[in-house]
Amino acid sequence: MRASKYLRWGCFAAVAMLSACGGRQNQQTMLHPVGPMSGRIESLWWFIFVIAVAVFVIVWIFLAGAAAKRKVQEQLPPDVYPDPSYEQKLLRRVMVATGITVIVLFAILGHSVITSKYMNSLQSKNPVSIQVYGHQWWWEVQYPNPDVSQWVTTANEIHVPVGVPVVLQTGSRDVIHSFWAPNIHGKRDLIPGQSSALWFQVDKEGTYRGQCAEFCGHQHAHMAFYIVAETPEKFQAWLEQQKKPAPEPSNDVLKHGKEVLEKGTCVMCHTVRGTNAGSRLGPDLTHVGSRLSIAAGTLPNNAGSLGGWISDPQAIKPGVRMPPNPMSSEDLQALVAYLQSLK
Amino acid sequence: MRVMAMIAAMALLLFAACERERRDFRTPTSAASPGDTGVEQSPLHPGGGPPLKPGESESEANGGAGPYEYNAYAVAEGQKLYMAFNCVGCHFHGGGGIGSPLMDANWIYGSQPQNIHDTIVEGRPNGMPSFRGRIPDYQVWQIVAYVRSMSGQLPPTVRPGRSDNMNIKKPEQVIPSEHPQQR
Repeated sequence: MRASKYLRWGCFAAVAMLSACGGRQNQQTMLHPVGPMSGRIESLWWFIFVIAVAVFVIVWIFLAGAAAKRKVQEQLPPDVYPDPSYEQKLLRRVMVATGITVIVLFAILGHSVITSKYMNSLQSKNPVSIQVYGHQWWWEVQYPNPDVSQWVTTANEIHVPVGVPVVLQTGSRDVIHSFWAPNIHGKRDLIPGQSSALWFQVDKEGTYRGQCAEFCGHQHAHMAFYIVAETPEKFQAWLEQQKKPAPEPSNDVLKHGKEVLEKGTCVMCHTVRGTNAGSRLGPDLTHVGSRLSIAAGTLPNNAGSLGGWISDPQAIKPGVRMPPNPMSSEDLQALVAYLQSLK
Repeated sequence: MRVMAMIAAMALLLFAACERERRDFRTPTSAASPGDTGVEQSPLHPGGGPPLKPGESESEANGGAGPYEYNAYAVAEGQKLYMAFNCVGCHFHGGGGIGSPLMDANWIYGSQPQNIHDTIVEGRPNGMPSFRGRIPDYQVWQIVAYVRSMSGQLPPTVRPGRSDNMNIKKPEQVIPSEHPQQR
């Protein structure tokens, strides 16, 4: 009866673990690598996993064996004088087990050293250069350009061409964050006052989610980003579009929306290139209408969530740096329409 | 018995620090629309106390003292906003320059919370811009609390011990020595 209960729980746990392995192709997991870096990380992961499972099973076999033997011995009188030949046999067994353990640990060490060496091997004379800065609680993304007017700043969304090495320069604007897109690369801590560089490449088109992997305050959990990998032509078209300033409003509603943005609280923190809004505290909103999500992957980018976010961000992401912005519904709808027109 | 009493007293002392760091993320903001006449036909108010009247600030509703004078978190927020909204551009870190100093005892337009609030919202002649409609009222009050802390007008328990911001440069202690070139 008891054994069958344990069996049932064991089966349940095994199924639960297996169910985490499957799933969609674009799921945020290092078990679906889409680039050379995460491919090597995945093979290291399986290497350690197989060894760990083997060790686990072997230890349990010996433990069960020892437990069974103990029961038999309890009926014998205690042996006061140890048997020297038996002691010798035990010592040899322990030495062999220790030797195997050391060899296995060195194998794991060797594999991870080789893997981490490979992580630094990607080089290119002509990479795509991107800068990423962690903020509480969003990501600032820049595509630097020698011509400053062509410099692109966006937020929470990194577009990269497929099959081209990318060098990501990282930094933090406040506390320690960690940049982690599991399908693409390992984690990289962002230390305030220090910058570091990370090379990666994505070989498969798609949208891959990543997130902050170092606890950074109240809304750490709502600090996600997307890496959008697309063909080089599509990427160039996207970059050219992002270089443009915000389009002029084309009708009266959008004109009113721009007025609300320029005359209200928005301008104290946000930039919309081509308007009077030029602050750099919050995300750059020049092409906010083209993004997949708002509030760092918290909400889908549509009129409803934009309106809710602007009116009361503290209800959605308590503690976020953006204050509530009460305004008349006419103003709010015009502002939302204007922001959505910024493609 | 005496030991137990002392432990109980110590535990009570811990609670005294609770208010200091209280964080209100959902600060009440005035929901009154500009066309509101402020006339109330009923003494009943949904959700607790009476709402703010049009034009009435939280401090007036709080009886004249700034609402954040006893909250260290609000003062630290005020400090962040002081940098973020570029108060430092004119007032520097309290020493003054283009704008008047804020860490001395001279107050041209008054040192009370309401005076400083009005200075920020309405602006003052000779260069202080008006931030009306640009900064939410509760953030203005956080800045007010921080500005008052600069000249030591808040209780020492809530004044910031250090800046929440990252240091912009390394301490001189750890900067490697330079070898200036002779020309």
